[in-house]
Amino acid sequence: MSSALAEVIGAARAEGRAALIAYLPVGYPDVDTSIAAMVAAVEGGADVVEIGVPYSDPGMDGPVIQEAVDVAVRAGVGMAEVLRAVTAVADAGAVPVVMSYWNPIERYGVDRFADDLAAAGGAGAITPDLIPDEAGPWLAASDRVGLDRVFLVAPSSTDARLAATVAACRGFVYAASTMGVTGSRATVGDAAERLVARTRAAAGEPPVCVGLGVSTGDQAAEVAGFADGVIVGSAYVRRLLDGHGAAGVRSLSVELAEGVRRAKVQA
Amino acid sequence: MGGKEVLTLGGMTLSAPAPAPDVPDATASAQWPDATGHFGVFGGRFVPEALIAALDELTAAYEAMRVDPAFLDEYATLQRDYTGRPSPITEVPKFAQHCGGARVLLKREDLNHTGSHKINNVLGQALLTKRIGKTRVIAETGAGQHGVATATAAALMGLSCTVYMGEEDTRRQALNVARMRLLGAEVIPVTTGSRTLKDAINEAFRDWVTNVETTNYVFGTVAGPHPFPMMVRDFQRVIGDEARAQLLEREQRLPDVVLACVGGGSNAIGIFTAFVPDEAVRLVGLEAGGDGVDTGRHAATITGGDPGVLHGARSYLLQDDNGQTVESHSISAGLDYPGVGPEHAFLHDIGRAEYRPVTDAEAMEAFALLCRTEGIIPAIESAHALAGAMVVGRELGPDALLLVNLSGRGDKDVETASAWFDLADRTAPTDSDERAVEAGRGAEPGPGMDTDQHTTEGAVSNDRAVAGQDAGEQA
Repeated sequence: MSSALAEVIGAARAEGRAALIAYLPVGYPDVDTSIAAMVAAVEGGADVVEIGVPYSDPGMDGPVIQEAVDVAVRAGVGMAEVLRAVTAVADAGAVPVVMSYWNPIERYGVDRFADDLAAAGGAGAITPDLIPDEAGPWLAASDRVGLDRVFLVAPSSTDARLAATVAACRGFVYAASTMGVTGSRATVGDAAERLVARTRAAAGEPPVCVGLGVSTGDQAAEVAGFADGVIVGSAYVRRLLDGHGAAGVRSLSVELAEGVRRAKVQA
Repeated sequence: MGGKEVLTLGGMTLSAPAPAPDVPDATASAQWPDATGHFGVFGGRFVPEALIAALDELTAAYEAMRVDPAFLDEYATLQRDYTGRPSPITEVPKFAQHCGGARVLLKREDLNHTGSHKINNVLGQALLTKRIGKTRVIAETGAGQHGVATATAAALMGLSCTVYMGEEDTRRQALNVARMRLLGAEVIPVTTGSRTLKDAINEAFRDWVTNVETTNYVFGTVAGPHPFPMMVRDFQRVIGDEARAQLLEREQRLPDVVLACVGGGSNAIGIFTAFVPDEAVRLVGLEAGGDGVDTGRHAATITGGDPGVLHGARSYLLQDDNGQTVESHSISAGLDYPGVGPEHAFLHDIGRAEYRPVTDAEAMEAFALLCRTEGIIPAIESAHALAGAMVVGRELGPDALLLVNLSGRGDKDVETASAWFDLADRTAPTDSDERAVEAGRGAEPGPGMDTDQHTTEGAVSNDRAVAGQDAGEQA
């Protein structure tokens, strides 16, 4: 089955660089501004936009993302607005992938979500609190309409779990670089590099993208040295929280896009 | 109990009660969950992959511990000598006059050390923490009863302890905040979201995923990801195991109805489990109806919610059309939770247990009645079960025998109750939560305490752990 995410990551690899994946939640500070920020992230050089679905109990997110998402939750932002953002990102020329905790998708209806996401031009979904063991309906629905599905691996994952998770993924594998929640960190640490190597060794050499803790061009360059893609979330959201708007998001993308081109990806 | 001790963990009986009629197969009620933690379609694990290894480790360690005679002996000794088990059964005939004349027996978990059933579970999980070699425990708490119990067990066993508590609850339950700090625990008021139990659980999970190498999460109720619903049930089933044997001994019969309040549902599962195989015994869970289920201001999850995923498991929850968790409302901090344990969802769907709402006003009426007729001040949580007995007793009449789990004592609720009754004399109630909050003294430490947190000697310093709400900024 073809994969929009694997294609764009493969294209970046062909250029000798890592892909840049930008996370932004829909609805902060409002829906239109958040969509404009996503488009600006693409204009600045993001290859993929992770479009965040607002959720009231984001257990894997640190305080920066919580603060932004809380505003969107209180404003009642839901899947209709998310699908509008998906189309806007696709129109801007990047690959849109939805990032959602599981309950908003289950509430919307798994099959309905898959149909509507595919129709809106989305590549698939990243589900941070859904492990493949519990994902039966989503595996079936994403197969039916040809969507990518990205599950997470962590430094604590056993080799057996790495193999099973890689087998369930399509598009790329999301390596959560450190034990913890989202947020900027001074150093990314070598746990990420070890995890990427273990994930590739576990099964089939899948594309592996690294998230949690990357916020600067230098860190992006460091991660690009060993991963297929660099995922940046809190640093983008921080630009919006600090009032820098779409222009701030665009300039961060420019810095990070330079970073992912600085280091050669290992072939 | 005449020297007949019962200790059963998920079907593992250490020393069985003397032969009595109708003793069920001890393994009969351990037929669920399945190997991956599912109660029918409910339960499971909906957590980040980073926590799966820790949950697997807990599951394996627990499976080994539950059949280890050394653990069972240590646990039984603690239950007897430290908690004060078995807890007695008290008949309350004057209160029962308000229950249609039905006979009402209370299972006195309020008499346990620390004042509620929560100690049953934390002693088991604290022993498990030591067994897996971790030196720091974290816990969430709503009313503060689980936090106090966890702080107590941590002090007893030399573990460092951090308790997450919604900021609103630290005001409603200021006495318990002071108790936890006296016991050496660090109490972190949670200021995210609705600032209640739901958000305390989120912060505890963030702490856990960040500090999992040193830290065990002592979960307080039968919710959360596998193995918590199963493990907490097994530690709490002593309530029903004892009560069933006590009733057979003193009444030579089983009760017609067993009643318990349900927030997350641990005291209810604790008293229900032994009776699940007794099909003639009705099991009734009383949910917090707040201002009334039709007002939308309530915490009656099964009565007024739908299936969904929250805090690591599929169960019923209060949610909106976007799948966002809806804030719950109850005068009782311990029941003020928009989710419920997956086994309750399952027992509801298969028709084995029924769940009914009790409003704040009904619960407070029952609270006052038990105080004045029997000289027992119940926790407001437990007063919901008493209110249920008043309704069910009137339905069934004087021949009925009701067993009510008095899950906790009401010392912590004296200010909330005082505010309720004082204000009720003057104006029509409009917002019970606000009154309760205004009644509290705030989260300041008690006399003789300062705001610095002190770590238990010899344990991992909390200073070296990353607080859940700071995780991602410092790690």
